[in-house]
Amino acid sequence: MPGPKYSTGSRSVSKFLYILPFMILLAVFAYYPLYGWVYAFFDYMPPIPLSESPFVGFKWFHSLVENQVKIDQLLQVVKNTFGISGLGILFSWLPMIFAIFLTEIKAVRFRKFIQTVTTLPNFISWVLVYSLAFTMFSSEGIVNGFLHQIGLADSPILFLQSSEHVWITQWVWVTWKTLGWSAILYIAAIMGIDESLYEAAYVDGATRMQVIRHVVLPSMLPTYFVLLMLQIASFLNNGLEQYFVFQNAFNKESIQVLDLYVYNLAMGGGSYSVSVAISMLKSLISVVLLFSVNGLSKLLRGEGIV
Amino acid sequence: MSGMGTETAAKSSRRLSKKNRMQVSTADKLISITIYVLFSLFTFVCIYPFYSIIINTISANDLSAKGEVIFLPKQIHFQNYIDVFKIPGLWNAFVISLGRTVIGTLLTVGASAFLGFMFSQDDMWGRKFWYRFTIITMFFNAGIIPWYLTMRSLHLTNSFLAYILPSIVAPFFIILVKTFVESTPKELQQAASIDGAGTMTIFFKIILPISKPILATVAIFSAVNQWNSFQDTLLLVTDNKLYSLQFILYNYINQASSLSTMVNLQNAGSTAMASLATKQTTTSIRMTVTIIVVAPILLVYPFFQRFFVKGIIIGAVKG
Repeated sequence: MPGPKYSTGSRSVSKFLYILPFMILLAVFAYYPLYGWVYAFFDYMPPIPLSESPFVGFKWFHSLVENQVKIDQLLQVVKNTFGISGLGILFSWLPMIFAIFLTEIKAVRFRKFIQTVTTLPNFISWVLVYSLAFTMFSSEGIVNGFLHQIGLADSPILFLQSSEHVWITQWVWVTWKTLGWSAILYIAAIMGIDESLYEAAYVDGATRMQVIRHVVLPSMLPTYFVLLMLQIASFLNNGLEQYFVFQNAFNKESIQVLDLYVYNLAMGGGSYSVSVAISMLKSLISVVLLFSVNGLSKLLRGEGIV
Repeated sequence: MSGMGTETAAKSSRRLSKKNRMQVSTADKLISITIYVLFSLFTFVCIYPFYSIIINTISANDLSAKGEVIFLPKQIHFQNYIDVFKIPGLWNAFVISLGRTVIGTLLTVGASAFLGFMFSQDDMWGRKFWYRFTIITMFFNAGIIPWYLTMRSLHLTNSFLAYILPSIVAPFFIILVKTFVESTPKELQQAASIDGAGTMTIFFKIILPISKPILATVAIFSAVNQWNSFQDTLLLVTDNKLYSLQFILYNYINQASSLSTMVNLQNAGSTAMASLATKQTTTSIRMTVTIIVVAPILLVYPFFQRFFVKGIIIGAVKG
């Protein structure tokens, strides 16, 4: 029972003062960058500072759609974003299936070994994934060397410089990196299933597949739903690193997702203002998406996801 | 329903019935075999790239270049690992990466522990608001270019601080610690408070010691993040003295041929002429640096895997 001294006003404010320095750090590194959005409304050309740049209002936003070439370019980027994120959502059930069948393996040591090995790729950086990919799949790589030795390919297959199937190969890299790790939440959900449910199913004469379908699967759907909603909310946020390291002259057309496009525009082309304008639209749409799926979740299951 | 029986009885009978079933049904056997084969294949695909690169870096470089090292190393030598440290900048990058990992992790763990504890204090002024103020940052960001522009205006380009400061307050870790602190008995803190202990005393004498398990989780996550970080160097750093290992590896993948020539020239000048087996090639340099960059993760991961798993499960329940 808290005594009266424990909740006096002065004490509470002093507690806040302890965390104040951290809140300032947060304000500087998480909130102050929002101020960077003002660059979208100026004709900013470094090295001329922002204070001396002319104010141009919504010029850069209009410029995104001012002629067919620009519209086509932006459309291609949006298409790539939708394609790659869409593939992710289409196969979002994969970690769940992975978890279900992994827990069906009754040899505990073997299962633990699989779990350890398949979660490992999640903890290496995209640069390392690229380096592994390069070592395995470049024209002088191990896979081409092997194919050549057994006489399956005369000339090296250019896996990484290909302009075809870029969305699919990028999806494959993400899946290789994250599948095992994403399955962990589902494995935890399966471990939490009440034993008596299995018992009842077997008493009723259910087969293994029937147990999976009627006992295991339904108890994982709430987890799946929440994760799917979060995935939809971050539809536009593919991240930069993966696409940056894998991009090259051949696949650039189909690999440029919004995050990479924004980077290339600013750091490659010096078009900071246009880049910030797109960034800003992207962030705003993402927030709307998050609120929408949160609302949908409240409607469907009575509680939000955030 | 048979849920009324004792739990142990239910468990053993389930196992029994399952065993019987597996013996009778060929369909189940087929499923089992398929599961084992598929998982073995995927496990192989996950581990082989690491294994293959490791055995290639310790095999004779000329055999490796011909693609002859596939399952076992041939003519084992460790010259590659000695040679790559002759590349200017690699040792420096190693120190930078190690430095940001150690310093960054210490500060992040300290801040997460303290904030997780403070946000569990019901009587803090504006607790709810400040907690939300912190957590919301997980769900939106201004975008990388606005972030880059504002960091530049704060003179955080080409500065070691840019590696450390932005990651000190980490909402996800704060949630983990707060959840943990809230699960410990409140009486501990109240008793200390009645004995006259202040907020800081309670934090250092009570909270820190009992939070060790969750802080280990935070530390391991944070260390991996710091070690793997690439984007901040890409955006904010042009001074090669501040390059991290990840960044240097990325550069090497694209320009390893000139580096191999350079190392070979250095070796040719010394007394020992490089034989074909130890002569550096583009590939040998790239692979060796890759292993140096990935080694800490490979060494640490198997022992700390349970901490990672615990972290994501607590985070999911509460997040």
